[in-house]
Amino acid sequence: MSLSDRWHKLLERHAHASVSSLGRLWRTPFATMLTLLVIGVALALPACLYVLLGNVQSFGQGWDKGAQISLFLKVSVSQATAQDLASQLKQRDDVANVTYISPQDGLKKFQAQTGIGDIVEDLHSNPLPAVLEVQPTLSVQTPKSIEALLTDLKRLPQVDIAELDMQWLKRLYTIIEVIRRGVWALAALLGLAVLLVIGNTIRLSTQNRRQEIEIIKLIGATNSFIRRPFLYSGMYYGLFGAIIAWILVSITISWLNVPVVQLAKLYSSQFSLHGLGFLGGVKLACVGIVLGFFGSWFSVNRHLRANEL
Amino acid sequence: MIDFDNVSMRYDPNHTALSNLTFHMAKGEMAFLTGHSGAGKSTLLKLAALLERPTNGKIVVNGCNYKRVSRRKIPYIRRNIGLIFQNPHLLPELTVFDNVALPLVIHGFSHQEIQKRVRAALDKVSLGNKERCYPKGLSGGEQQRVGIARAVVNRPALLLADEPTGNLDPDLSAEIMNLFQEFNEVGVTVLVASHDLPLIASMRHRIITLKQGRLFDAGAQLQWQANHVQEEGVLV
Repeated sequence: MSLSDRWHKLLERHAHASVSSLGRLWRTPFATMLTLLVIGVALALPACLYVLLGNVQSFGQGWDKGAQISLFLKVSVSQATAQDLASQLKQRDDVANVTYISPQDGLKKFQAQTGIGDIVEDLHSNPLPAVLEVQPTLSVQTPKSIEALLTDLKRLPQVDIAELDMQWLKRLYTIIEVIRRGVWALAALLGLAVLLVIGNTIRLSTQNRRQEIEIIKLIGATNSFIRRPFLYSGMYYGLFGAIIAWILVSITISWLNVPVVQLAKLYSSQFSLHGLGFLGGVKLACVGIVLGFFGSWFSVNRHLRANEL
Repeated sequence: MIDFDNVSMRYDPNHTALSNLTFHMAKGEMAFLTGHSGAGKSTLLKLAALLERPTNGKIVVNGCNYKRVSRRKIPYIRRNIGLIFQNPHLLPELTVFDNVALPLVIHGFSHQEIQKRVRAALDKVSLGNKERCYPKGLSGGEQQRVGIARAVVNRPALLLADEPTGNLDPDLSAEIMNLFQEFNEVGVTVLVASHDLPLIASMRHRIITLKQGRLFDAGAQLQWQANHVQEEGVLV
């Protein structure tokens, strides 16, 4: 038998197994739907938290460039002096980069970031000073050496205020990390639950079909032939459960998004929640399929080992 | 085709199903296996079909020494043996056609090939018009014939039947036995366990008799059979 023949046979068997197991699920719609809903809810919970976490993270993004010292120069300092100072600072070993932001640029950036452009436009003059953004070299980025750099910079005569905006970011990220781990722990637990639900469903179905399995073994079915439709059933459970979870997440997010957008508007922000997205949905489906596969794999193998002929 | 060499089978210390059984069946032969209940007929067939492994002794079927067959290879051995039981073991939720097609699906035949072979097998057992029925709608004799069609659809070289007529009335029984004879006439080796002595005596084939797990009478191979041995597996 040639390789392509074998390949063809294998494909034909897989097609047969996938279609017949789909048909089996279809023939018991109530039981199937109940199982799918359980799986869907179990998957939706961590998926929802994951999406919300992603939103919090993206909300914090833009300030995510690590430690950065902003030097607000005195208003009396001219642009030329400021640029001189910038190139001077660049020479230092502990400084990686210095960006000069003129008052005009600063205003534009401020407008863009905060979204309170309307108010700013009403101002007659630019209230902002020139700013030098100092980025320390990576080796310096320990709290201690950054503190040292900060005190050094504070002493410069041209500098009005030197600010290290890191503390709150650190706290935010620590909190996010705690929540993130919580979400993963929950996801692991609920993933295990999905694995068990699918495993148990497949176990019941191997038990209901015990006689059938015995008969097809008698006429020469290999274990993989017997296993195949059950594995497909498990993967279908996972896939359809994930699709239900996807729908549940989408509904939840769009429901939450209404007040979130309103709240953001009060702060003149355009922020709105993003959902799972296509890629996220595909990932969720993959997780479901993998859980389904292993859940049924364990059940069927247990059955086959217990009923060796 | 079948070689048992000093085969013993003990299920537990007090229960010896077969002891030191030695017998031989030639390719293309047809034989009956008889004896009282508990004489070891079923055990012998199970061993020949590799449903069980002997406690002692050597079994060679179709040139294959069963001792050397690993568990993973067992299914492939079974595909070359047609098995028929007293209860036809049909799957109730499949149609007659799908039941008969199962061995071919397992073997991975193409759709067209399956259609062709299943139709031929069903015609052979005169059930061509029942392919869309479910087993529940068939009589006992018809169900048994579906079981036979399923056993031969793969064109095995060997047919083993365990009390295939146990549930049937005499007319139907004779019909079933005639079917086996037809398969034998095209070269299939057939071994049928039955305790219906009047029926099997009328069929002029070798009769192997077991008694309490031992070979009581190996029977005589009839001359005409030897002349009828044809190429293996040409069937349906």
